[in-house]
Amino acid sequence: MMTISFLLNGETIEIGGGSPTTTLLDWLREERGLTGTKEGCNEGDCGACTVMVSDAEGARALNACILFLPQLHGKAVRTVEGVSGPQGEMHPVQQAMVEYHGSQCGFCTPGFVMSMVASHCSGATDHDTQLAGNLCRCTGYAPIIRAAEAVEGQPVPIWVQDTAPGGAPDPMLPRSSNELARAYAAQPEATLVAGATDVGLWVTKQLRDLDPVIFLNGCDDLKEITIDDNSIRFGAMVDMNRMGEALAPLHPSYAEMIRRYASVQIRHAATVGGNIANGSPIGDNPPALIALDATLHLRRGEARRALPLEDFFLDYGKQDLAAGEFVEAVSFPRQPDRLKCYKLSKRFDQDISAVCGCFNIIVQDSVVTDARIAFGGMAGIPKRATTVEAALLKQPWTIETITAAQSGFDADFTPLSDMRASAEYRLETARAMLERYFAESQGAAGNVLEVTA
Amino acid sequence: MSIAKPLPHDTAPLHVSGEARYIDDIPTPKGTLHLAFGLSEIAKGRIRSMNLDAVRAAPGVVAVLIAADLPFENDVSPSIHDEPLLAEDMVNYIGQPVYVVAATSHLAARKAARLVKIEYEELSPILTIEEALEADSRFEEGPRIYRKGDAEGAIAASPHVIEGTFELGGQEHFYLESQAALTLPQEGGDMMVYSSTQHPTEIQHKVADALGVPMHAVRVEARRMGGGFGGKESQGNALAVACAVVSRATGRACKMRYDRDDDMTITGKRHAFRISYRAGFDSDGHIQGVSFLHHAICGWAQDLSLPVADRAMLHSDNAYLLPNALIESHRLKTNTQSATAYRGFGGPQGVVGIERVMDHAAHVLGIDPVELRQRNYYEPAHAVQPAQPKSAEPLGHADPHEDLTSRGAVEQTTRARPVRPVPSGGNTTPYGMEVTDFELHGMTDALLASSDYAARRLAIDTWNKENPIIKKGLGFSPVKFGISFTLTHLNQAGALVHVYQDGSVHLNHGGTEMGQGLFQKVAQVAAARFGIPPEMIKITATDTAKVPNTSATAASSGSDLNGMAVKAACDTIRDRMAAYLAEHHQAEVSTVRFVDGQVEVGEARYSFAQAAALSYQGRVSLSATGFYKTPRIEWDRIKGRGRPFFYFAHGAALTEVAVDTLTGENRILRADLLHDAGASLNPALDIGQVEGGYVQGAGWLTTEELVWDDKGALRTHAPSTYKIPACSDRPDIFNVTLWDGENREDTIYRSKAVGEPPFMLGISAWLALSDAVAACGSTYPALNAPATAEEIWRGVRRVRNGV
Repeated sequence: MMTISFLLNGETIEIGGGSPTTTLLDWLREERGLTGTKEGCNEGDCGACTVMVSDAEGARALNACILFLPQLHGKAVRTVEGVSGPQGEMHPVQQAMVEYHGSQCGFCTPGFVMSMVASHCSGATDHDTQLAGNLCRCTGYAPIIRAAEAVEGQPVPIWVQDTAPGGAPDPMLPRSSNELARAYAAQPEATLVAGATDVGLWVTKQLRDLDPVIFLNGCDDLKEITIDDNSIRFGAMVDMNRMGEALAPLHPSYAEMIRRYASVQIRHAATVGGNIANGSPIGDNPPALIALDATLHLRRGEARRALPLEDFFLDYGKQDLAAGEFVEAVSFPRQPDRLKCYKLSKRFDQDISAVCGCFNIIVQDSVVTDARIAFGGMAGIPKRATTVEAALLKQPWTIETITAAQSGFDADFTPLSDMRASAEYRLETARAMLERYFAESQGAAGNVLEVTA
Repeated sequence: MSIAKPLPHDTAPLHVSGEARYIDDIPTPKGTLHLAFGLSEIAKGRIRSMNLDAVRAAPGVVAVLIAADLPFENDVSPSIHDEPLLAEDMVNYIGQPVYVVAATSHLAARKAARLVKIEYEELSPILTIEEALEADSRFEEGPRIYRKGDAEGAIAASPHVIEGTFELGGQEHFYLESQAALTLPQEGGDMMVYSSTQHPTEIQHKVADALGVPMHAVRVEARRMGGGFGGKESQGNALAVACAVVSRATGRACKMRYDRDDDMTITGKRHAFRISYRAGFDSDGHIQGVSFLHHAICGWAQDLSLPVADRAMLHSDNAYLLPNALIESHRLKTNTQSATAYRGFGGPQGVVGIERVMDHAAHVLGIDPVELRQRNYYEPAHAVQPAQPKSAEPLGHADPHEDLTSRGAVEQTTRARPVRPVPSGGNTTPYGMEVTDFELHGMTDALLASSDYAARRLAIDTWNKENPIIKKGLGFSPVKFGISFTLTHLNQAGALVHVYQDGSVHLNHGGTEMGQGLFQKVAQVAAARFGIPPEMIKITATDTAKVPNTSATAASSGSDLNGMAVKAACDTIRDRMAAYLAEHHQAEVSTVRFVDGQVEVGEARYSFAQAAALSYQGRVSLSATGFYKTPRIEWDRIKGRGRPFFYFAHGAALTEVAVDTLTGENRILRADLLHDAGASLNPALDIGQVEGGYVQGAGWLTTEELVWDDKGALRTHAPSTYKIPACSDRPDIFNVTLWDGENREDTIYRSKAVGEPPFMLGISAWLALSDAVAACGSTYPALNAPATAEEIWRGVRRVRNGV
């Protein structure tokens, strides 16, 4: 492994040698004896391992269980052991968690504390969203939220404000897409690690040994978001929280879907390029991007090509991606916002979609002039509902048209039954989503997330 | 006094700093081995051959053990010795431990454990209720049946009869800390065990049997668990025994913790039930008779399934006086994880059954579901005074307990309620126990008033008329939960208390801390007995060397039993100190007072520390044990007759939900809970149990779906697929109040057990979802549980289609 360095609770750490896929969690607990950070699930779903990582972009909560040490190169890490002040004084979050009875068994508590410390640093007060990635089985969350509310606006203690030190270059830690292109061309068998929210599980659950590994998190040019009059372009390494922020004013329904995409911690790590490149049939970005008529930008060495995103997905587990080729960016045209994304899952927050339906239908003079509809969870790949689209095109925008088009889903999809949903439910709710899109266009419907008692 | 103060959890400052140690956080000696099980890949079959060469050759592997390598008992069952630590010739579910690997790291052990090659002779597994019934695959010789009166006759004679069958899913505990154990071999073959367990004595017993030593050679310590919920009553046995056996074989410390996926694949869960019911009602909504048929899926080994299924039967009345009842319970043996204890221990399944009956009847009879329930409640406590002649006073007689908080409720109860004659059997449960402490009349009135039920009912009906897609629903459910272990001899506890010469106190008892705040509550008792602040009490880890022969911390009994035992120990020491100081001062013993950190003897005042030092110098023993056994209980589980419970704890809940009828997606908008913790020892901790119990109960009946495939593999074995409530799933508006009462029985400071009962308040969320679905048509939704979005969507479709 490369030599990496970072700050741990203010102390400079240098690590050389060892496996490139040692997780921060294992290293903290087994090498450093810092056992405050807990393993609850080892797959980024429970948040008990949450730590705060700072770099030039600020401080953010991340899951240590699927964070490989090289991803920390040049950054500053703060664990629950580093949250109290130099004289042992409690952080306001810790004080409030005690006073409001926010801990019972205490096992999830360090993770909650770290998520709350990070959101306290950023001033975020949307606590349900900030804490969606932290599971608690004891309290029912109410006292934790009371604690989070109690510290709103209190000053951020100086001792948790870290400055990232930066780190020395290394070929397996490229600093730009050009360096990445060279490194990958030289070692096309390498595993690319963007945010490790998927690859992490190959290591922690499938117990795979990955070597060589190229870490993309230093490629700053791949983190660019470019919005001009004609198009919107996201570099492959744009994380999902930044993507959500960028999309909020342009396509708010997409941004709201991203709010429910995994958790804050996962979204800080997860990248749009990774979500596309891994080819999952249940990734939430591809259907939305396909509905927006997105183009995928690939690169191999100095050779670049672009293709419609929907053409990238060939079959289950099979993408149009050559050895040594990587996703550089995804872009889509500027357009009036007609996009609606409907993410259906067992639980609202932090759940993989059973069905993710994205609808982009243009109606002019009460006639459908364009329709792009794409789904996740309905086939082995993210897929357009071409029959439904055809049934809508050039038709009057009426409930009769909708009803007629709904039967097209049978031709477009043959979904599976699994632990998330039955085939029948998937197909019928896909139909219902079209009905909802129409109802919303008529000012009807209603969102169960917005109803109050 | 320290009693009734809302003190934080004793470990809260260590929780928030990360200092609180769980098993995996304990520093281990050099050379500690890490264990992992190799698991069966088929649900039923015979092991033909097993090739462990690759396992043994894997990096870091030090030892591999199969059943034949075990020196003594190969058994981790908490009941009838039907659960081997390692499979012998048969495997019985996917995930059953077949061999154990010991390696130099946790990761090395996990990797090696996947390398075995096993050849099986596959047999067809029993995975469903139908298959189990067909094969007569069950525990016990046949169904258990409890009877009161003539249920079938009464139902047949009723003007209104309802019937139905529904599925009620199991539940994964999802304690955040997965199962874990650590063993340190001692001199002379003794074994020190650290275990994340609710039942240290059980661990001690199973380890001793596995090592072929008496129990005195094994010491088990348990400081805290990262959640238990029943899942650590018996399910930790395998890890502790495996570690002990490998420690014995290698002379090295051994640690085992399950990876989350392994934990969910290996360990038992809440019992899934199918419940069929038939019930007869008169036109006023008074139940005349009810019959229940329970099919409990128990998994492959008996574990605790019999008392779990019994408790489901014992709670089939919940809050209702059933004149005639028949409850038949089948305990089916299947090739799945062995279902085990889970908060409520079968009680919740029983309660869901009768709540479904009440809900269904209210729908059919067109009576408000809360009103119908109130009409069928047990007689209120004041109307039943067994020590005196039976009171002839009618319902609604003023009761001092009710008067405390129900003044606003009087207006609510002015409507005329049809009179229900108390049946000839009296105010008794289907198992013949007289109910003398029923609090729910006053509690229900108070809750309806505080939650503005009547107005909200109307507002929701209006909303549902105006909104075709989003429907709202209201659900009410009460709970009356029996407190005591039904196995009578378990209702005992011990304590050990030392007072040191500086006045500091060492507190130990048989209960375990899993987050519920037991240790703090018991420390508050000790502080109160000595009249000292709680900071002077050192809470110490549960330890089989300090208090022997303990019962599991289960059945909500922790503070009832251990609080009393600690009180007894403290009082013994206090009385000795008082006697010595009284003699010293020529005063009457009865005049010695322990209060505000002082000991008063006549005119003299000592700090507690001075009093302790004096007593020490006076050669007074400052160490004592305490013991408690619950009085007035006796139970015959075969006949289904007796008084299994010392008392009942109560609660009532009203939940409002919204349902999207296009997809079944839904949310809890508001919940109002009123819970009876008696005279609470610590209202903050008790409210924590109520809030957390409600959310966990609602999770059971909504998003928490366990799915097995047709091979018997659990497909929902990680939080990515098994969805416990997340932060935003708690009710938007969440009003939780404790009922201002006290236990009518003589419990510790007249408090009541609070661990399990509030779990059942979550049933109101399921009923509210049903109410919202019912707004889509005129038929009864008949939801199964869990009511996932898909199940609700199916319900909407049924109701719209009128089926």
